[in-house]
Amino acid sequence: MSTIAPQFRLSRFIASLFDIIFWVLLIFSLVGLPLVFIVLFYIKMPVVNGQMLTPYLAMTWMADPSRTLPIIKSFMHTTLFHVLAFPGFGFAALLSAATIYVERKFLAKIQLRVGPLYCGRIEGILQLMGDGLKLISKEIIIPAKADKPIFWVGPLLFVGTAGAFVSLIPVTGGWVVANPAVGLLAVFATIGFFPIISVLTAWAANNKWTFIGGLRALHQMIAFEIPLILSLLPIVILTGTLNLSQIAESQQHYWWIIFAPISAIVFFICILAELERIPFDLPEAESEIVAGWLTEFSGMMYGLIQLGTYLKLYAFAGLFTVLFLGGWNGPSVWPAFPADIITNGITIGPITAKIAGLPLFDQAMLNGILWFVIKTVGVILLILLPRGVFPRIRIDMLLHTGWYKLIGLAFINIFIALGLLYAGVLGPGGLIQ
Amino acid sequence: MSTQLPPGIQLEKIDDRIMTLNVGPQHPGSGHMRLIIKVDGDYIVSCDPDPGYVHRGEEKMAEYRNYIQNIPHLERPVIHDSSNILYPYCLAVEELLGIEVPERAKYVRVIAAELNRCIYTLYWLAIYGIFLGHSTMFMWPAGDRELFIDLLEAMSGARVTHAYLVPGGVRNDLPANFEERCLRQVDYFEKRLKEYLAVFYKNPLLISRTEGTGILSKTDAIRLGTTGSVLRASGVDFDIRKKEPYDVYENLDFETVVMKEGDSYARSYVPYLEMFESCRIIRDALRKMPKSGSVRTKLKPNPKGGNDEVYKRVESGRGALGYYIVSNNRPEPYRVKISVGSFRNLICMPYLLKGELLGNMPSVYWSLNYWPVEADR
Repeated sequence: MSTIAPQFRLSRFIASLFDIIFWVLLIFSLVGLPLVFIVLFYIKMPVVNGQMLTPYLAMTWMADPSRTLPIIKSFMHTTLFHVLAFPGFGFAALLSAATIYVERKFLAKIQLRVGPLYCGRIEGILQLMGDGLKLISKEIIIPAKADKPIFWVGPLLFVGTAGAFVSLIPVTGGWVVANPAVGLLAVFATIGFFPIISVLTAWAANNKWTFIGGLRALHQMIAFEIPLILSLLPIVILTGTLNLSQIAESQQHYWWIIFAPISAIVFFICILAELERIPFDLPEAESEIVAGWLTEFSGMMYGLIQLGTYLKLYAFAGLFTVLFLGGWNGPSVWPAFPADIITNGITIGPITAKIAGLPLFDQAMLNGILWFVIKTVGVILLILLPRGVFPRIRIDMLLHTGWYKLIGLAFINIFIALGLLYAGVLGPGGLIQ
Repeated sequence: MSTQLPPGIQLEKIDDRIMTLNVGPQHPGSGHMRLIIKVDGDYIVSCDPDPGYVHRGEEKMAEYRNYIQNIPHLERPVIHDSSNILYPYCLAVEELLGIEVPERAKYVRVIAAELNRCIYTLYWLAIYGIFLGHSTMFMWPAGDRELFIDLLEAMSGARVTHAYLVPGGVRNDLPANFEERCLRQVDYFEKRLKEYLAVFYKNPLLISRTEGTGILSKTDAIRLGTTGSVLRASGVDFDIRKKEPYDVYENLDFETVVMKEGDSYARSYVPYLEMFESCRIIRDALRKMPKSGSVRTKLKPNPKGGNDEVYKRVESGRGALGYYIVSNNRPEPYRVKISVGSFRNLICMPYLLKGELLGNMPSVYWSLNYWPVEADR
């Protein structure tokens, strides 16, 4: 059975598109534009720079880069842009989508498969879009005996918490949505929400499999939260700050992974456990408990949980980069913006345009983003790798690892950090001269 | 209790600590069966396997078809091991009808049976891998099966249900250049098998997860009547190919793989090592096989068995597989009873799972080398 309707013809489809465009243009020009001018006739327009702002003038401004660039630049420093686009949701979602695609192809290469191939013609790059459309169009089934309000709100809470976590990650100097002085504590507080959401939704779904899965998620996340917090203490001891931006700036010369390698390993293992990835995917163990605490989710509710999971993955990888791999610090490889364009303007044929507000992004910021993305993608690839190599572990092994081995290892590095501090080798702010 | 229950019916005592889980038939980790598992926390208190969801009445169907017509439907219970499930049937019918099998056909049968054993074991291993959450171990064996599926396709014309073994020999002779091609594929296959060690069998997480779980002692293994790799993993040196050799297995050079641990790691490791032995058998059989000659003794049309009964068994991918055929001077058998290894291995599951963690359920269950469709017949 083809998924395309049997009567479908591409020519008719294109003709219908042209038809719609024709009618939109017709209605706009015959009804819309006269209406706009009639309204403008009665409304007094504001005076800007001694000129009255007419619709014509507004149109010319939109085409004039010297006027639009400062507006765009100021918009880029608003909170709205920060939250929606660059260091916030849009950037994280883009990286997450890339992660999903790379995960599929990467895993397929390990397993001697091809992975997504057809959707989007080039190596299946549109597969994710297809999957998203499928999830949106699917029916959402709620179990009859479920606690409906909590069940509905669960996925939203999950994405919201993941978004809050993303907002704490500084991408480059000054580019962070939320920059509290106790950023690391805020991270711990945000991570602490995830087990609660798992257990709430698992309980609300009123299903045995979700119940077992929710309890497993709770056990797992609590067991690994303590080594996670302990593994970050050496960084706090060495830098003397909890602010993530300051921690990243303190690593201009040396990355903390050099002085806290055991912590980095412990933190990485805890990331895998917190993300419920193989070998720690017990809360979703398919062959044991169907899909664990996600069993009853269908349609876009499941899609939201997946989105939240990958946002979380990006945030953890970013956190690893910021704490251990020097954040956005790196050698300056981004070329400087040509200075003569700013002073002399751009010459296009006979016209020389002097554009104020260029460049939109400064060199240091772009360089920082480049290094941050390279390091984060590297960490993400390392997080994806175990899925192709390891089987799932058992709950007793998991708890033994979390409560016993990792906590011990984390303490070793705390003592190393204290030793370095008291020996006078390292101190808050880097090497003591 | 105030209400009087009818005689013979008793109510289950409800314990608040115990949760009953229906693993299957619509469960990703069950196969075509149901396990009624009671858990106390994460520990399994009792396990009650409930097979029979794919019962197809193969034995009854066999009573309405003559000896040749029975071939294609009798291989249906386990299509991945179709040569081995037909093997005892062919042996039994040959004895019943008094047919002599050509020497070359005996070797060709052994090659087909060993190729099919590898195909089955790889499929089983793929599912074992995904049951443990190891997706690479699902994809690799599933892909490497193609090597032998291609060989059997060249031999028989079908990729899965070959119907290659018939009473009196095999259906058709080997294709040209089969020997070279088979040796090449077997060499490559052995190279691939060695790669499984690094990614799966020597994986520290797998070892720590499966070692020491679901231990079946030697006496229990014999007492519960297990067979095949489960029996050999518990330290019993029993292989029908060695103990009661059929066709030309006594001339061939191979060894029985025995491990004495009896845990689910040993049960999963024995079939893996047996694939190397299968490769040895295939090489040896290709060398010792007569290079030409007939491969099939023609039967009379609609042959009648005498007033006789016969029992023959072979070593299949899942252990001893026997056919008990009673004939009463008619073209159709009077009764066909199939004794399968899967069902015998299922019996020990409640004993193994009692007291185990719920997380061990998939690994113990699938290490029993149990094929639900074959058990139900």
